[in-house]
Amino acid sequence: MKEKKVRQKSARNISMYAVYVALAFIFSYIESLFPISVGIPGVKPGFANIVIVYIIYTSGRPSSVLTVTLLRTVLLACTFGNLSTLLYSVCGGLLSASVMFILYKTNLFSVFGVSIAGGVTHNAGQLAVAALILDTKELIYYYPILLITGMTAGFAVGYIANICIKRIRRPSGMISNNNN
Amino acid sequence: MKRNDFILIAVILIISIFSIFAFRSFSENGDYAVISLNGVEYAAYPLSDDREVKIGDSGTSYNVINIEDKKVYISDADCPDHICVNHRAISKTGETIICLPHKLSVTIKKSVPDNVSFDAATE
Repeated sequence: MKEKKVRQKSARNISMYAVYVALAFIFSYIESLFPISVGIPGVKPGFANIVIVYIIYTSGRPSSVLTVTLLRTVLLACTFGNLSTLLYSVCGGLLSASVMFILYKTNLFSVFGVSIAGGVTHNAGQLAVAALILDTKELIYYYPILLITGMTAGFAVGYIANICIKRIRRPSGMISNNNN
Repeated sequence: MKRNDFILIAVILIISIFSIFAFRSFSENGDYAVISLNGVEYAAYPLSDDREVKIGDSGTSYNVINIEDKKVYISDADCPDHICVNHRAISKTGETIICLPHKLSVTIKKSVPDNVSFDAATE
């Protein structure tokens, strides 16, 4: 029964994905207009993560989370970046989304903890890819500072996502498990 | 927020502050600036001589690396984010300025790696 329902709703899910991807894309774009230059790559609020956290909590399905993450990062890199930025952002995005999803499933953390973990692992993924591509292990020197900025960003994202999850009416098409 | 959230925040803070101090105490004043391009060590310059080196050319992509008062900084580049240009000057071993778009990194080292031609002049 449930399988059938899922299939029937797939068209609506696809359009919801499109809305989510567009939203995340716009967040990233606006963010890129106000670059924060502290002399370290990777320091940014990551407001696109609000969308990802929101999807994790409202749909609760790994496929939705990964689809939107992948589409967002690929589209963004195609529009504003190049092949190497694509690698950084895909690895950072996928790692962060997976970690957030797993932590959400364990139910050990609130939205804040989940999104902080997401912010921190996003930086870790990007830095790891950068260190591999550039073959510069010294990049690890950046990580302590990125931990703090990633955590701060994750906290802000968690705060906003928390409000969104509480206030925005669930799209009726998404199969949601309202256990939060 | 749950109690676990606070534990997570505390752990992250402790790790980051601890490792910042650890990195600080292990680093000393370096003697060479080693420039890597596309992951390959490309050139090395002693910090004792002030100089300005342009890596790459204006047509494709370039970074202008300056050595001044035993410190290294990037004064100009045509990369989109300019993170390398905004980076503060570095002088301690292990400190690195990277330009991700150009796959360029400048690292301070105590000695020159064997496979790098010392003072490979590109001026």
